[in-house]
Amino acid sequence: MPMRYETPSTTREAAALLENEAGAAFVLAGGTDLLVRMKLGHIEPALLVDIKHIPAMSSITHSAKGTRIGAAVSGAELGEHKAVAKAWPGVVEATNLIGSDQVQSRCTMVGNLCNASPAADSVPAMIAAGAKAVVVSRLGRRTVPVEKIVTGPGQTSLNKGEVIEAIVLPARPSRSGDAYLRFIPRTEMDIAVVSAGVNLTLERGRVKTARVVLGAVAPTAVVVPAAARAIIGSRLDEGALEKLAAACSAACNPIDDKRGTVEYRTKVAGVLAKRAAKIAFQRAGGA
Amino acid sequence: MAAHLVSTTINGDAVEFACPADESLLSALRNRLGLSGAKEGCGTGDCGACSVTLDGRLVCSCLVLGVEANGRKITTIEGMAENGVLHPLQENFIEYAALQCGICTPGFLIAAKVLLERNPNPTETEIRYALAGNLCRCTGYDKIVRAVQASARELRQIEKRKGRKKKGKKS
Amino acid sequence: MGNDPSYTNQKFKVIGSRVKRPDGIDKVTGRAKYGADHNAPGQLVGLFLRSPHAHARIKKISTARAEKLSGVKAIITCDDLPDLTNGDTEARDILENCMARGRALYDGHAIAAVAAIDEKTAKKALQLIKVTYEALPHVTDVDDALKPDAPVLHDYIYTTGVEPKPKTPSNLCNVSEFGHGDIEAGFAEADVIVEKSYKTEQVHQGYIEPHACVASVSPDGTGELWVTTQGHFSFRSVCANLLGMDVAKLKVTASEIGGGFGGKTHVWTEPVALALSRKANRPVKVVMTREEVFRASGPASSTSIDVKIGAKNDGTITAAFAALRYQGGAFPGIWAMLGAMTSFACYNLANVKALGYDVVVNRPKVAAYRAPSAPMAAFAVESTMDLLAKKLRMKPLDFRIKNAAKEGTRASYGPVYGPIGIGPTLEAVKKHPHMRARLKKNQGRGMACGFWFNFGGQTCTDLNIATDGSVTLTVGTIDVGGSRASLSLIAAEELGIPYEQVRAHIGDTGSLGHNDMTDGSRGTFSSGMATIFAARQAVEVMRARAATMWDIPVEDVVWESGQAKATGKKHRKLKALSLADIAAASPNTGGPIAGHNESVPDNAGVSFASHICDVEVDPETGATRVIRYTVIQDAGKAIHPTYVEGQFQGGAAQGIGWALNEEYIYGDDGRLQNPGFLDYRIPVCSDLPFIDTQILEIPNPHHPYGVRGVGETSIVPPLAAIGNALSNAMGVRMDHVPMSPPRILKALAQLDG
Repeated sequence: MPMRYETPSTTREAAALLENEAGAAFVLAGGTDLLVRMKLGHIEPALLVDIKHIPAMSSITHSAKGTRIGAAVSGAELGEHKAVAKAWPGVVEATNLIGSDQVQSRCTMVGNLCNASPAADSVPAMIAAGAKAVVVSRLGRRTVPVEKIVTGPGQTSLNKGEVIEAIVLPARPSRSGDAYLRFIPRTEMDIAVVSAGVNLTLERGRVKTARVVLGAVAPTAVVVPAAARAIIGSRLDEGALEKLAAACSAACNPIDDKRGTVEYRTKVAGVLAKRAAKIAFQRAGGA
Repeated sequence: MAAHLVSTTINGDAVEFACPADESLLSALRNRLGLSGAKEGCGTGDCGACSVTLDGRLVCSCLVLGVEANGRKITTIEGMAENGVLHPLQENFIEYAALQCGICTPGFLIAAKVLLERNPNPTETEIRYALAGNLCRCTGYDKIVRAVQASARELRQIEKRKGRKKKGKKS
Repeated sequence: MGNDPSYTNQKFKVIGSRVKRPDGIDKVTGRAKYGADHNAPGQLVGLFLRSPHAHARIKKISTARAEKLSGVKAIITCDDLPDLTNGDTEARDILENCMARGRALYDGHAIAAVAAIDEKTAKKALQLIKVTYEALPHVTDVDDALKPDAPVLHDYIYTTGVEPKPKTPSNLCNVSEFGHGDIEAGFAEADVIVEKSYKTEQVHQGYIEPHACVASVSPDGTGELWVTTQGHFSFRSVCANLLGMDVAKLKVTASEIGGGFGGKTHVWTEPVALALSRKANRPVKVVMTREEVFRASGPASSTSIDVKIGAKNDGTITAAFAALRYQGGAFPGIWAMLGAMTSFACYNLANVKALGYDVVVNRPKVAAYRAPSAPMAAFAVESTMDLLAKKLRMKPLDFRIKNAAKEGTRASYGPVYGPIGIGPTLEAVKKHPHMRARLKKNQGRGMACGFWFNFGGQTCTDLNIATDGSVTLTVGTIDVGGSRASLSLIAAEELGIPYEQVRAHIGDTGSLGHNDMTDGSRGTFSSGMATIFAARQAVEVMRARAATMWDIPVEDVVWESGQAKATGKKHRKLKALSLADIAAASPNTGGPIAGHNESVPDNAGVSFASHICDVEVDPETGATRVIRYTVIQDAGKAIHPTYVEGQFQGGAAQGIGWALNEEYIYGDDGRLQNPGFLDYRIPVCSDLPFIDTQILEIPNPHHPYGVRGVGETSIVPPLAAIGNALSNAMGVRMDHVPMSPPRILKALAQLDG
């Protein structure tokens, strides 16, 4: 059977198409992972549902109440949205780190999330930011914390007939900052060997709240509460940063593979978390 | 229905073609439309040799489906020279020896053109990162970056002259 | 004049100018036709089924179901490729590499091939072919392959080059020895000795254009092959030989080539494409995927090398020894031999010995890669040179200058050098501002030297002058990076006409006699020499025509500045005739004017380079950035300096990638884990700085213009230059290439601990 290609104009319609397809059905947003998997023969879809014709998925709305980024919004479009980039520099930078300029024209945060790679760049930053996914199906919609979406490499908690319509970022308190860093052997075009996202808010020069998330060190992105605790209440002094790094390294459960070793990932996770924390601190107005 | 009819605009011309839904835009360009300037170096978006623009944005045509081109505007390397006049980037790639084997050249030219349209005065670092999605194995990129820098200078001069002319007309 | 290759120190008019290449416009407009850009009427799509096993016995291949699939026009296995090699073991290995014969020798080894009406059908057919394998133990590491308990790949390999001859087969194909003097005595004389072992991982040439061809065999046994290749004449011979065709009945047309670097000097899918076409009676197009390129076409060797060098306290090297183990993939190669030959070529050594161990493993058949085998040997030797200099408390540069080879030095691989460039490149390093630039924290500077032989080889060139005075130059060496411009410059120089009046083409195999491949940095050297001689022959023809036109004896006609002039007072009224004048009259003076040359230019002129490199290391992540890089190399004579610079820069960039990030990663199952540009990490634009170049011109005495090959040497020094720079930045000596972030961080941790 030749593969079907559909271009619904509403999210509900997209969800129905996915639900009613008996064979392998996939959402096509940027296609930068999906089409590679098709090319390499890893998957043979019966149906692709192209979501780029759905208005609710193609826009960014940003206000004091929060930010909503449609599932079909490309990395390049997100990067060009000055207000979002100002409020969530870590999230935007992380998304903009995915692939080349060519890939940026197409790739999406939600695609990056649903591809469910442990090394996805935007995911640790989204989780650190407290992002939520708006999941739509025939039955309605639910809002799910991003960290609940990916359950393992290539695995998500989405049910058949469910599609993510948008990512929602919470309202941004003042004196907040986020940052994301990854390590790659080259300067571009690589998949993260290890990565760290940090989001924090300050009060009187000290860290009031923090979220620290690591990528590529476990089957899914890892939230590290101990690392957050290590810096909460501090002015991000060297001692706090060392504790943060140690907590991050302790939270790693990586594998040896073609991209890095257990030893390397464990050590560099702490290094990157420290560096990301410093940037987030500075962005929040800390000195 | 096995094949989809796709109506699109390529290098300013209205073009129609039919292709199965799982065929890449690159394959459609090369095998259905005779536009073989875009090259397949990897087929997985890692080399940039198949770069084209889709509604003005730089993409790897191997990572776009042919059916997605419906109703969109595409430009390829074949549309870069206008009426037989080479774009300054094309001139400078030859002049500065920014190509050796030339297989990556169409992709680099498309990517560099998009860069200079968005950022007419890029730094060396900006050029290097903007072209990081295009692999070249012959040149070590040295002469490519120099050709882009020279083209940026030239294009700024051209814009300046245009600006002066417009001003001249107004006054 | 005539065909004397001796250097003449002539004054040039156009040689050395930076003209635009004739193929430039086609390549910036997308018109240039590469391997995959050609189509033949009625062509089929050819695809390969490849082994998922590193080593296996093929018990059965069942193609029945695939053959029944509608749209499938031919399926072939080794049964369709009978062994016609008649005891030629090299040809037999090529045949077996192109299509497995009863056993799969590496992950990616071709098992069967299909020709079908389209790609989808061909893919389906591949899925319907059932292969029964019996997995065998495998070995992919060069040192492991030499262990007594290693699985033996071939029962017919008995090590050659050793006494007594071994009684059992092994993975060690050959041991080659080079050198002179008495190293034991030399080491006894030494005040200081350094001994160290190194490893380098396997790398791929990484050309951006995958292998591609269109093969078409007619029922009458004639055939045509359109192919991306570095040597269409060689491809013709090999394919015709393997398929039992007459050489002259196979016409091979070379497409524009999208990079080769040695990897397109070998056939991979081409003989099979021809066999598919013969069976299907239709043209067949085969384009490798990137994954196939990595899994089944020519990477360079991985190596394991021991080096020992001793010197007196004054810095004089008394003895040098190296044992170099190179794997050639699943078939015997000469890669260790080349490594052994090049290892100590930069130095003037009284006592030197290099042993090359050529080894087979379960990996793809190794192919040449730009100065094949030299970079790994240079990494080991040049790293050891720095270690020894440090022990001697000498500057590494001064230590090298003190021991550099010079005219009259007996090279470690045998010959006595003529005028050579190693000394001058080192002196140029000393004077270069790069050496005095300040370094910051975590930065280090290193330098290293490199050598490559260069090659001449069989050449056949044809120069035809049209009646309007424009000139067609037809050569048989593939243009991999601008040689059509260089050769046109040479023709213009000889004929005394503007560059623009010459148009150079690459002839197909039907239009010229045999030309060796574009390898060994020979394109501009050998076709350049043949062009000079062909042009001079054409000049002789034009002198004769001018004599006819004037009706005077040919002895009274000289050729000067692109004109025929009559000499002697009695002819002073005769106005000089230009090339165009003579060409215009040619239909009435004897017909077309042409010059030919068929020759085997010898003495391509050895080439040396010295590189300087600055790196910055992030001590917390082990990431290395190359922040400044300078290449200094002897070109003999730069015909087109910009293109010479391009060769220097390109080779350096490949060497930098090799040094830092590129490597084949095999799993325990013997399967290649990174067959793609995502995880086989060649440098991207933002990884590199500008690469400065300095061209030295020490004329090759055996070329009229002094030309030496320039294409390969620049890949030789970077591995060591970066290793030395890293050592100076971090205080750690990296002995394993690539010097990737995990390896650097590990080395730094060991330093702390």
